[in-house]
Amino acid sequence: MDLDTLLSFDWGTMTPEFIILGMIAILSVADLFMPKHVDRKVLGWAGFAGVVLALVSLVSLIGTETTSILYDTFRLDSFAIAFKLILLLGAALVMLLAIDYRTNDGLEEYKGEFFYLFLTALLGTMFMASSGDLITLFVGLELLSIPSYVLAGMRKRNLKSNESAMKYVINGGISSAITLFGMSYVYGIAGTTNLKGIAQVFGGLSDPQHIYILGLAFFMIFVGLSFKLASAPFHMWAPDVYEGAPTPVTAFLSVVSKTAGFVIILRILLSIFGYIPVSQEDGQPIPLLFAVQDYIAFLAGATMIIGNVVALRQRNIKRMFAYSSIAHAGYILVALTAMSFVTFDAIWFYMLAYVLMNLGAFAIIQLITMKTGSEDISHFAGLYRRSPLLAVGMGIFILSLAGIPGTAGFIGKLNIFMGALMVNQAHYVLVSIMIATTVVSYFYYFGVMTQMFFRPAANDDKIQLPAGTIAVILITVVGTILFGIMPNLAIDFMHSNFNQFVDFMR
Amino acid sequence: MDFNYFLTLLVFSPLLGILLLAFMPKTNESGIKMLGVLATLPSLILALIAYFSYRGGNELANFSEKFRWIQFGGQGAEQQGMFAVNYELGIDGFGLIMVVLTAVIATLAAIASFHIKKEWKGYYMLFLLLEIGMLGVFTSQNLILFFLFFEITLIPMFFLIGKWGYYEKEKAAYSFLIYNGLGSAILLIVIMVLFSRTGTSNIDMLSVMMNTEGVPMFAPVSESLKMGLLIALLVAFGVKLPIFPLHSWMLRVHVEAPPSIVMIHSGILLKIGAFGLIRFGMGIFPEQFAELAVLLAVLGVINLLYGAFLAFIQTDFKMVLAYSSISHMGIVLIGLGALNEAGIQGAIFQVVSHGLISALLFFLVGVFYERTHTTTLANLGGMAKGMPLASGFLLAGAMASLGLPGMSGFVSEFMAFLGLFEEMPVLAAVGTIGIIMTAVYLLRAVLAITYGNAEREFVGVSDIRSFEWAPVLVLVGLIVLIGVYPAVLSEPLQATLETIMMGIGGVMKDGFRYTSII
Repeated sequence: MDLDTLLSFDWGTMTPEFIILGMIAILSVADLFMPKHVDRKVLGWAGFAGVVLALVSLVSLIGTETTSILYDTFRLDSFAIAFKLILLLGAALVMLLAIDYRTNDGLEEYKGEFFYLFLTALLGTMFMASSGDLITLFVGLELLSIPSYVLAGMRKRNLKSNESAMKYVINGGISSAITLFGMSYVYGIAGTTNLKGIAQVFGGLSDPQHIYILGLAFFMIFVGLSFKLASAPFHMWAPDVYEGAPTPVTAFLSVVSKTAGFVIILRILLSIFGYIPVSQEDGQPIPLLFAVQDYIAFLAGATMIIGNVVALRQRNIKRMFAYSSIAHAGYILVALTAMSFVTFDAIWFYMLAYVLMNLGAFAIIQLITMKTGSEDISHFAGLYRRSPLLAVGMGIFILSLAGIPGTAGFIGKLNIFMGALMVNQAHYVLVSIMIATTVVSYFYYFGVMTQMFFRPAANDDKIQLPAGTIAVILITVVGTILFGIMPNLAIDFMHSNFNQFVDFMR
Repeated sequence: MDFNYFLTLLVFSPLLGILLLAFMPKTNESGIKMLGVLATLPSLILALIAYFSYRGGNELANFSEKFRWIQFGGQGAEQQGMFAVNYELGIDGFGLIMVVLTAVIATLAAIASFHIKKEWKGYYMLFLLLEIGMLGVFTSQNLILFFLFFEITLIPMFFLIGKWGYYEKEKAAYSFLIYNGLGSAILLIVIMVLFSRTGTSNIDMLSVMMNTEGVPMFAPVSESLKMGLLIALLVAFGVKLPIFPLHSWMLRVHVEAPPSIVMIHSGILLKIGAFGLIRFGMGIFPEQFAELAVLLAVLGVINLLYGAFLAFIQTDFKMVLAYSSISHMGIVLIGLGALNEAGIQGAIFQVVSHGLISALLFFLVGVFYERTHTTTLANLGGMAKGMPLASGFLLAGAMASLGLPGMSGFVSEFMAFLGLFEEMPVLAAVGTIGIIMTAVYLLRAVLAITYGNAEREFVGVSDIRSFEWAPVLVLVGLIVLIGVYPAVLSEPLQATLETIMMGIGGVMKDGFRYTSII
């Protein structure tokens, strides 16, 4: 590779990544040279500006031809743009939450690091969305994971935070190793790490031995990646880490990191396992992905049931939201199982809705837990009396999480149902589990409502409302309702700009 | 007259009230209450305009409106006109009657809500939201929109029961939420199966597609699947109606919710179950519905007898009325199970009539409770002395409920049983025991309150006063009006009935109109 080749690449496609990367560099140097007494908040605002800038540059890239640079390792297709939009939106909101977050157990000293580690993790997710190669995929995955481990343990004088970092790093390491092991099988058989190349080789695969090995590879990759989704069987870390990590990090893990998990799963599953023919039906080859559908369906069902049922017993609001987030991973897995022609739409819209409603909820959780110093649900008691607007906002997020019509969460679920029912062998059982567990989720979601609206408050102190958090709550409330009542805004945008993600396979 | 946006205005006009209320100071009690009542008036006026303009010869089709709303599945699907969910409102005769009934009862319940003692602002905002949901349910022309409004009624009810109810309000709110949540979950499955298989959720389109051979669908719906869907629908709406044994939540709500909310709940919300069964069950799956007719009639008789017997042994007046509601919903099922014109007409009449009667009775319960702070039969007694007017109206309500000729209850019971006797005489004969029982338990309860021995002295209790006159007079007036001149209902219903009868393959028997019997 000489300079001419290097310059011939269309680097413009990487603008958002470069902006984030540049911001990381600036922030880390600035943090180093800034005097100790200067409030590191300014770094946070700079980071926020960087994310917004990246978002703007990404929007300007919408509609460009599918380009793939660096020998097909980095590609910018509609799938990448669509999911990066969500990742950046989520990251921008989390950034605002992080700026306003303060505790007295060791985070303040590391606030500078907090921001650029966070941006590094974001960079990892963006690379995952755009990767066209197993190597970039894995690098992206680790670029997300390693900063996340650190972020989870950032409150260094808090025991729970330490525990959570420890658990996270060990579990994460194991799951990365498993994923990598699975990928090595794929590489071993295909002889290339390029996703396109792999797809070409696998299209002509007929040796049953190979297919058997690739089946194993699929299970390993899927199990490893289910860690990032916090879906069964690798969900155990989620409640402890969510509880121990600083609230903005929890929000990040439950929203941005989860989206990234689905991004990488879609990339790998479709572009590798969607091409391996395992059997024939009416002259049409059935890819491995369809042959293992039952397995994914089983995991989806288990994830929904575990998430929703265990959430019933939680008294700690962050743990409760951890289980709720496990449950939501299960819902999205239903869309993945179905593999209908709306699967991409469904996952994209659901992630969008989830970013809005979950981050909004976390913004309010952060306010309340910072105020009371406790994460027990009972501290939401009487919120309606103390701050009616906050209570109504939280009510809207909860309704949306519970999938009540009029909110984005409902349309997201509707999309998933539709996909699961419109395929040839409709997944009635899976849909029934999804609906039944949704009703179960009413119990714990409305438990928070009961606290906020029915129970008397312990005290009538007003709650301090920092500007950034208010902005997050406003944006997410408006988004949740807007996409609930006028979902066509988002859906039409997706249809007209991403054209059903047809360039994903090309 | 131009009727564009008419139904949208009608359905969403309470929204204006919600917005205005949001800016009212929390403490301005009388202002909030006035505004709360005023906010229900626009939809009432519009509903009446619709009714009278229809009676004046205007086609109901003129009220329809349709806008592009959500397009699922991208441009490929859009070109084929599939997977589009439009915002479409419209009414037929049945819908029109239900809208008028909703608007009337909503206004009266808003007046009855003057009894609410705390946090009037939140109360009225939720109340108006509830009204939007109810009006939307009866006007939506596709299943997804219907579901949306259906769920909108669920959330305000949860709060209205849980915050403004009596002692065990939270328990009642939860059991309301979970039972109805399950019901609507099942409904959602039915809706989504239909939508994802046919590519449309429009009710009229669906009823054509499901009953015509060889219509192109995204994925065909087999006969057995249709049956499964109808049974699921029966369970979903059975929770709402409520059909025995899915009724236990409804007793709690009747006892724990504030009387004004029970007026709404018993008057309108329970009727959504019947409305859904008729609109979707009969409309979309007529053949399967006919197969289930006997089951429905049997369930109806069970409901009727079960409710009546248990109402007889209750010691609390609210419980008597709650079981009486279950019993009276049995008559709706009986009418539907008969599956002939008289039966279905009877069922719809019962829907309306019971809506009015139960609203009246629960309003009076509120009146009595406000003065005596008890609803236990043993503690009440001799009320006719202190409150002769209220007692008189209570007796009138009970008479209507037990089916005294000249009142709306009579017409509906008569029609429903007429229908059933034609098809299944034995079952109908068993069912008539229920009617006798109704007379027994209602008279027992009402007489115990109005006459009987006064256990306690209710000194200085005032009779019906000022604002309480309006609901009582309007409701009694309507009950009598329907009783002596049923054409106010039967004429708008005629076209709807004809459509239903054509769907289920029955023939309209000429000259068989209730109006001609009178």
